[in-house]
Amino acid sequence: MELILDILLNPVVIALLKIVVIVLVFVAATGTVMTLMERKWMSAVQDRIGPNRANIPFLRDFRGRGALHMAADGLKSIFKEDTVPEGVDLVIFTIAPFFGFISAVVIWAVIPFAAPIGDFTFQITDVNIGILLVFAVTSLGIYGTVLAGWSSNNKFALLGAARGTSQMLSYEIFLGLSLVGVFMVNGSVQVSILVANQNTYWFGDVIPKWGLFTQPLAFVMFFTAMLAEAKRLPFDAPEGESEIIAGYFMEYSGMRYAAFMLAEYIAMVGIAALVTTLFLGGYHVPWLHAEGFQIFGWFMAVPVWLVSALQILAFVGKIIFFCWLIIMVRWTIPRFRFDQIMELGWKKLLPLSLANIVLTALVLLAVDNWNL
Amino acid sequence: MLIAFYIVAALAVASAFNILILRSPVYCALSLVGCFFLLGIIFILLNNEFVAVVQVLIYAGAIMVLFLFVIMLLNLRPDSSPRSLKFGIAKILGIGLTVGILAQLIGVFGSSAAKLGPMGEYSAQRVTEEGSLEIVAELMLTEYVLPFEIISILLMVSIMGAVVLAKKRPPPEEEESQP
Repeated sequence: MELILDILLNPVVIALLKIVVIVLVFVAATGTVMTLMERKWMSAVQDRIGPNRANIPFLRDFRGRGALHMAADGLKSIFKEDTVPEGVDLVIFTIAPFFGFISAVVIWAVIPFAAPIGDFTFQITDVNIGILLVFAVTSLGIYGTVLAGWSSNNKFALLGAARGTSQMLSYEIFLGLSLVGVFMVNGSVQVSILVANQNTYWFGDVIPKWGLFTQPLAFVMFFTAMLAEAKRLPFDAPEGESEIIAGYFMEYSGMRYAAFMLAEYIAMVGIAALVTTLFLGGYHVPWLHAEGFQIFGWFMAVPVWLVSALQILAFVGKIIFFCWLIIMVRWTIPRFRFDQIMELGWKKLLPLSLANIVLTALVLLAVDNWNL
Repeated sequence: MLIAFYIVAALAVASAFNILILRSPVYCALSLVGCFFLLGIIFILLNNEFVAVVQVLIYAGAIMVLFLFVIMLLNLRPDSSPRSLKFGIAKILGIGLTVGILAQLIGVFGSSAAKLGPMGEYSAQRVTEEGSLEIVAELMLTEYVLPFEIISILLMVSIMGAVVLAKKRPPPEEEESQP
């Protein structure tokens, strides 16, 4: 018994367990659920019922309001024929889907799910460079698009890859610049510090200092740049069904195609988690501190386990809200033209993000000088 | 740690060697990406996470993507010319330089007078305590602020040069026809 406990409490084992729970259980599951929710919410927007036909014949045609479509889609893509067109570069064609997948998953290494209890953190690793790690990893995700498009030996795929490269490379810059203001306010890029600072309050203990209120401009720009980086509509020119069929992944079929799709949805949940962590107080429930609720001098004690449970629930709830927002944006705004995407980036987001940095610096200077 | 360094360093040298051997430009570019990534891991082993992330972000994530972009757009095919075994002046110079640099490295680090091991005021412990990002930021904006500003002006000038070169000029006839 003691031996088992020793093994279980080993830091390496704890880290591996966290990876399994967060990546395999939470991320993979939410990604899969989102593939269905996208179709459901899309049909709600378009005044349709949406997928509800998959059923289990032995259980009185059990349908679960379309939930079985997740399993049906998975089984279908596993058993589908995996066609490889002629003239593809087979090595690169095979490894390309993994780049996007890995970059979508590694983001979760720095996302905290609840406040740490003693030495135990609800986060895989709290590295000093924090958010910069996310930037490095998302920048590698471009290779998935470039290599898939190039290796497919298809003009449309190549066009999609060319669009994807220039779009993702440009928006990576605004992604970084839009967050500089947040880093300046917090004086750190470490995720645990960024989140902890959002549980401090203005006017005594009334309005939480969420990133949304301290850096509203950064929030809008980061969300926009993240959508473009993940190639979600209205920024899905690299796929552009009506122009270039399916863009960079048009030659993929079966499980390889499913890898692209799943990576897209995992990336979507990842964006939601990042925006939540940086701008919506992360796992914090407003006015809930480590010992309990506190507002207007009124105090209510809450046991430690309940605090953690509430925080995890709040975090997941905020993620689902942002996933819903991203899907609603997709089904209400038409696709931007490619030159519009570039113009929005280089002529609007870039000057705005630079202005935000200067403005933040001035405000911080004023606060420091006059003790506001 | 030392074993990890040897493994990663050997892989980095191998992928750098790949760049010389492979004939397809895309494979060469990918080997270079792998090399940069492994260099990033070496920086992490040296306790400098910030340089590691910047290495991956800028070299592997941005510059090499542009390389691939150019290779894709120019549609470069694998070099199919037969490998020549003749020793041209370039090969002789290259081999001579490589052997010379290698001999000097062995001479410097192999001698008993060489100072090996941790050096300087930023020890591994201090970097972990203060954070590599904080140390780099402080040095960059205090002690090395002048070189930092000079480099930013250099980049600014090169951006302006690129804009001037790439800007479309209206053809001269149109200019004359305008009132």
